[in-house]
Amino acid sequence: MNSCTERLKNGIITENPTFVMMLGMCPTLAVTSSAINGLGMGLTTTVVLVLSNAFISLLRKVIPDKVRIPGFIVVVASFVTIIQLLLKAFLPFLDSALGVYIPLIVVNCIILGRAEAYASKNPVLPSIFDGLGMGLGFTFGLTCLGICREILGAGAIFGKAFIPEDFHITFFVLAPGAFLVLSFLTAIQNKLKLPSATNVAGDDSLSCGGNCASCTGASCVANKGIVEAERAAEKAAKAQAAKEAAEKAKAAKAAKAAQEAAKKKEE
Amino acid sequence: MSNLLNISSSPHVRDKSSTRSIMWDVFLALIPAALFGVWNFGYQAAVLIAVCVATCVLTEYIWQKGMKLPLTVSDGSAALTGLLLALNLSSTFPVWMAILGSVFAIIIVKQLFGGLGQNFMNPALGARCFLMVSFAGKMTSFTYDGVTGATPLALIKSGDDSTELLDMFLGTIGGTIGETSTLALLLGAAYLLVRKVITWKIPVCYIATFAVFALLFGGHGFDMTYLAKEICGGGLILGAFFMATDYVTSPITSKGQIIFGILLGILTGVFRIFGASAEGVSYAIIISNLLVPLIEKVTIPVPFGKEGIKDGK
Repeated sequence: MNSCTERLKNGIITENPTFVMMLGMCPTLAVTSSAINGLGMGLTTTVVLVLSNAFISLLRKVIPDKVRIPGFIVVVASFVTIIQLLLKAFLPFLDSALGVYIPLIVVNCIILGRAEAYASKNPVLPSIFDGLGMGLGFTFGLTCLGICREILGAGAIFGKAFIPEDFHITFFVLAPGAFLVLSFLTAIQNKLKLPSATNVAGDDSLSCGGNCASCTGASCVANKGIVEAERAAEKAAKAQAAKEAAEKAKAAKAAKAAQEAAKKKEE
Repeated sequence: MSNLLNISSSPHVRDKSSTRSIMWDVFLALIPAALFGVWNFGYQAAVLIAVCVATCVLTEYIWQKGMKLPLTVSDGSAALTGLLLALNLSSTFPVWMAILGSVFAIIIVKQLFGGLGQNFMNPALGARCFLMVSFAGKMTSFTYDGVTGATPLALIKSGDDSTELLDMFLGTIGGTIGETSTLALLLGAAYLLVRKVITWKIPVCYIATFAVFALLFGGHGFDMTYLAKEICGGGLILGAFFMATDYVTSPITSKGQIIFGILLGILTGVFRIFGASAEGVSYAIIISNLLVPLIEKVTIPVPFGKEGIKDGK
């Protein structure tokens, strides 16, 4: 079970989808106007993620490689539909709060990403735990964001108001507040040098250090492209040289073998 | 003698103006409007102005000290931001909200993007919109002579033409602290034009485009009184002369400034006439601020001698 706990830790901390990988930003920004919405969205996604990871892992030898993406989408969409109907029936308030973002879970990049990167290559049990870990990590991220925004914007936590209405900063419940809170949480992460998508190790061969987070202009994009293309070409050339060397060695070996065989024959 | 033989690289024509002198010129030009606001709304307006200016300067000082940046407090840009923000608030606006808005203007809109010269939108207007979104009730509650009522602009929108045009021109009406007196604002604007701190392009294009738009779509036909009221009412004059002309957030090219003014006029017209709110100047300006880099990109002047040569080759 070691790999299972490792998967859980990986999803919640090491590769936290919200804070480290910065995936699924659309629901992250859109539905976290309150803690309960964030939690609801996170848990809904977790359920879909666990089920779809399990199924895709089961079907990993059946789905042909060429049509795997449509295959994954069919699996994910089926589960999303089931969950959506269940929510409508049992938690109608959450359903109306999350609105269009529940059907949009189908195209959530975390779910497709885990299917592609993990579940389609690994056995069922670790895949389930991978989905659970990622889902809980996502839930954690969304709930954090939701709590921050709810406290600032509506003076409440999980609907329990504790700040008088005069002091509510409605800005944080609306869309711009989502960007602001997320950027501040990321800034804290960067300051503490925690891993995140915007806090990558510097690339010394680029004048800007390759850290696109601190980028102010677009010229380095071209620059980076050129450097990367050069590197790819170098790599290809090296590979080519290695291949040639290997071929030469092979030919030499064959020649030697032939010589030896001829010698043997002579003897 | 040394003057005769003085050889240096360009620029050869120099001007005495500096960031500091320009900022204080604008500050000075806003004084009539601010004084009128204090006379019109009472001591509360003075308190708000003092609080906003002090908070902006202090925030900038603390931020630059804390981040170990060169101190630029003395250039007056923070004080100007504070004054502009205060002039954009209702006189009954709570002080702590004004402090919050000032901190937002300096830290979020200005310093996080790199300080003066790097901010992509006018800090005072950014903060005004932040306050507008956050505390819509307080931002749009205007008290004049002890009576809380709608601004003349909102009255016109709802079909009530009772406000006298002269009152709107002189400013003895309700509204934000600095926007009511067209006369005081025009005095300041004239000072800026004479001192060549601003050019006529942005304000004139802005107001002219808005006037044409209001005539065409305002639903009042060719009614000059309505038009004059629309121009004198609300933040149009304040916005056109003092905020749309902000050096950092307006196009640097001559053609670009004309495009910018026209864009502002159309957006303000759309917001005022078709929008839910009677006022639309601040949103029009910050949206146009965002388009400034694009406007500058398409209006780069052709260097002398390059006319008729395509793509600069």
